[in-house]
Amino acid sequence: MIDFFSQTPLLTALLTLGGLTLIFGAILGFASVKFKVEGDPIVEQIDTLLPQTQCGQCGYPGCRPYAEAIANGDQINKCPPGGQTTINALANLLDVEAPTLDEEHGEESDIKTVAYIREDECIGCTKCIQACPVDAILGAAKQMHTVIAGECTGCDLCVEPCPVDCIDMIPVEPDIADWIWQLPASSAERASELNAANIIATDRTSDRDEAA
Amino acid sequence: MRQTWEMPGGVHPPENKTQSLQYCIGTLPLPERLVIPLDQHTGAPAKLIVSVNDRVLKGQMLAKPSEAVSASVHAPTSGVITAIDDQPVPHPSGMTSRCITLKPDGKDTWSERQKIDNYRDASPAELLEIIRNAGIVGMGGAGFPTAVKLQPRNPIDTLIINATECEPYITADDILIQERPEEIVEGIQILTHILGNPEQVLIGIEDNKPKAFEALEPLLAGTNIELVDFHTRYPSGGEKQLIFILTGKEVPSDGLPADIGIVCQNIGTAHAVFRAVAQGIPLISRITTVVGEALATSRNYELLIGTPISYALQHNGFNESDCARLVMGGPMMGFTLQDPDVPVIKTTNCILAPSHAEAPRQPPAQACIRCGMCAEACPASLLPQQLFWYAQSQNYERLEAHSLFDCIECGACSYVCPSNIPLVQYYRAAKGEIRKLQAEHLKSDRARERFEYQKRRKEKAEAEKAAKREARRKAAEQAKARAASGAETAAPKQAGAADDLIKAAMARAAQRQSKPEEQIERQQRALASAEERVARAQQKLADAEASGTDQQIDQARAGLADTRHRLSEANRKLSELQAAEQSQSITEKINASPKALLEKKIAAITQRMATAEDKIAGTEDPAVKQALRDGLAKQQRKLEEVRQQLAESTDAAPVDKDGAEDAAAQAIARAREKAAAMADMSEEQKLRETVNSLKGRLQKAEQRLADAEQNGSEHIDALRSGAEKLRDKLAEAAAKLEEHS
Ligand code: SF4
Ligand code: SF4
Ligand code: SF4
Repeated sequence: MIDFFSQTPLLTALLTLGGLTLIFGAILGFASVKFKVEGDPIVEQIDTLLPQTQCGQCGYPGCRPYAEAIANGDQINKCPPGGQTTINALANLLDVEAPTLDEEHGEESDIKTVAYIREDECIGCTKCIQACPVDAILGAAKQMHTVIAGECTGCDLCVEPCPVDCIDMIPVEPDIADWIWQLPASSAERASELNAANIIATDRTSDRDEAA
Repeated sequence: MRQTWEMPGGVHPPENKTQSLQYCIGTLPLPERLVIPLDQHTGAPAKLIVSVNDRVLKGQMLAKPSEAVSASVHAPTSGVITAIDDQPVPHPSGMTSRCITLKPDGKDTWSERQKIDNYRDASPAELLEIIRNAGIVGMGGAGFPTAVKLQPRNPIDTLIINATECEPYITADDILIQERPEEIVEGIQILTHILGNPEQVLIGIEDNKPKAFEALEPLLAGTNIELVDFHTRYPSGGEKQLIFILTGKEVPSDGLPADIGIVCQNIGTAHAVFRAVAQGIPLISRITTVVGEALATSRNYELLIGTPISYALQHNGFNESDCARLVMGGPMMGFTLQDPDVPVIKTTNCILAPSHAEAPRQPPAQACIRCGMCAEACPASLLPQQLFWYAQSQNYERLEAHSLFDCIECGACSYVCPSNIPLVQYYRAAKGEIRKLQAEHLKSDRARERFEYQKRRKEKAEAEKAAKREARRKAAEQAKARAASGAETAAPKQAGAADDLIKAAMARAAQRQSKPEEQIERQQRALASAEERVARAQQKLADAEASGTDQQIDQARAGLADTRHRLSEANRKLSELQAAEQSQSITEKINASPKALLEKKIAAITQRMATAEDKIAGTEDPAVKQALRDGLAKQQRKLEEVRQQLAESTDAAPVDKDGAEDAAAQAIARAREKAAAMADMSEEQKLRETVNSLKGRLQKAEQRLADAEQNGSEHIDALRSGAEKLRDKLAEAAAKLEEHS
């Protein structure tokens, strides 16, 4: 056996390589079956970047369908609630140039809104419940309805079906709990002290201290 | 002396600590109002338990912890609650938050205090409860609820008391140690007891506080508490930094000190714990350094929580025009206050009112020259310059990869930067943005889940509907098939198959209502009482006619009409119910004897019609008449429905031309139907109908006879006699019709 190998080096090499090819092929084949990823991972990835407002402004019945459409080659600039941030993230993921938002589908708005039902006007028709894509409205036939503000995505879909027009989209007031620091203003702005509140107290020693 | 480790980085800004240490801890007279925010700590805001106009006593709880991580707040003095609303609070945003406004009554009456004389007799759980009820939070700066921090998830071997007070200007801890060292030591011992007596208890103190050191050291003899001093270097007071200096251990990047068996508490917190446990005093005041060149005097005060900062400033000769900006906290980590009237809160360790010379305006930022000084100064060994780039380009992924969240926002990098770049502000903004994105992500995940759940639910409902439809179709098919196969063997069965469906439908309908017998009974009772009422009304009318005025008579008449109407209604309902019941029982009997059914039904119909007509003839009252007619019409409709069902049941039976018996069954069914239909017709119509149908039947019979004669069937005789009989009948009917018309 050893003799055979030492006498026919070329054949040995070929056999070894062939054997390895078979083994790894088998392993890869096994792995592709065993660790098969369920669902379409690219659709998942796109879907996680979309804002999940489920408003349908993109022209699809929800964020996931739009994610699927993007995976099939649709434009990535059709989501107004996501705005430019989402477009940039999608462009980054798909490695394409980031376009600007297609205004045909709506405008990006900085102000988040949440639906509010004027409860004494609600006639309990359940139409808004049927329209809400995320089950954010509570109520029963002929009973007053109300929106669970925490679950509302602000998609606007419940406003139109209401026969007595008692749903308002009200802007979410900024709250001290979700206030965040802003990036420092440019020097020019700070010189005019527009943004004085944003400056941490002292970043520098005073002239006098330095002198001392 | 104990070994200490050298903290990486750090800076040594001018200390500025002597100004405020010239005096002892002072107090101020009661201000006119105290504004106590509900949210003075990390975690959920406290939950109100008082309302406007309540009289409260000193130390009384005003709001309780709303969640696990939350802290209560108490009345700093006795008085009246004058408002509960949104007021400006000390927060970098300058926004408002919910506050309780208390107007002191000047008496400073204590509520009942519960002291524990010997904490060793109390269980840790009891002590924790006291601490929680006293609203104690970390006094160093972040205000994390102390009771939560004292219940670590891991066993603790080291308790570290933070007495470093490394920020310039602040001397609150220093003076507290100098003046009340005994109370502090006892507070530390209570903490040790709660934590199950960890092996080491270390007090970390910078070497720029010799007086505090001297005050504390003699008291520690005979305890296992060790006082450790080390070089003054900012920010040695950072929790992770202090742990490293004292133990050489590093807290994991996204972990807590408890993960390596350490709990860290501020020395001011230890004092608050002592007060709560040994004196029954909740956290209603704190030591605050009031300092700065814009003040005539700089001094430490024990201020009531809720004291307006402007009030404290006025008492120290505040020169507003000289003040560059008002800062809460130290010059490194504090933030600018936009409104001097905001209250002192549990974490207000310093109010800094620097003069313009003391805190000159930040010179404009220049471009980064990549000098690397920031990286050298960073106590967390980060790369501030890189973080700066990524923060500018909002590359959050890279920021997290560069451990942005290990940055303690100490400001050392900004302090050393020769280009005056406000580095920390970039990090704060980036952190905020990342946290916001994370929160949004969580929310969008929830929305996705809910959306998908709804989709699944709708799909399921749709599928169920489809399944039901399918099942119904299959059942009908099966019934047909069964009937078809049954027809070959036995005639009665086939009708049964189809009737099963009807029966099922009837059963369903019956289920929906209450039992018919019950309904009838109820209706009968109603009828009886209606009759009684009519009788009474008649009596009344008679009385009125005998002796009453016209008006009374009219009223009585109207009453009578009304009761009569009700009576007729009741009557109608009852007969309806009875009819329904009868028709149901009839249908149920279809299977048993189809022939008997037909006869019974006809009998029932005619009888009912007769009684109805009798009644109509018998009443004068037009209202009653109308009601009866309505009832009659309804009955007929009901009957027609039953008939329809009957017809359907026979229709549903498959047509098998070859099966003679089946054809016969069909014919019978049709005959039944016609007979039933005739019940409603006028005599003449009925006769004509009979004649027509007889003609048709005769035709068919003759046809069949002819067929049989051709084929030589054994039934010829029977068929012939049948045709014969039909002919007789037809003649009879035709004669009758003649007579009639
Ligand atoms: S409540 Fe209205 S706006 Fe909010 S998610 Fe539902 S449908 Fe959209
Ligand atoms: S602020 Fe952050 S990055 Fe700057 S020195 Fe302090 S820990 Fe390091
Ligand atoms: S200290 Fe300032 S200039 Fe120097 S590297 Fe850091 S950011 Fe750049």
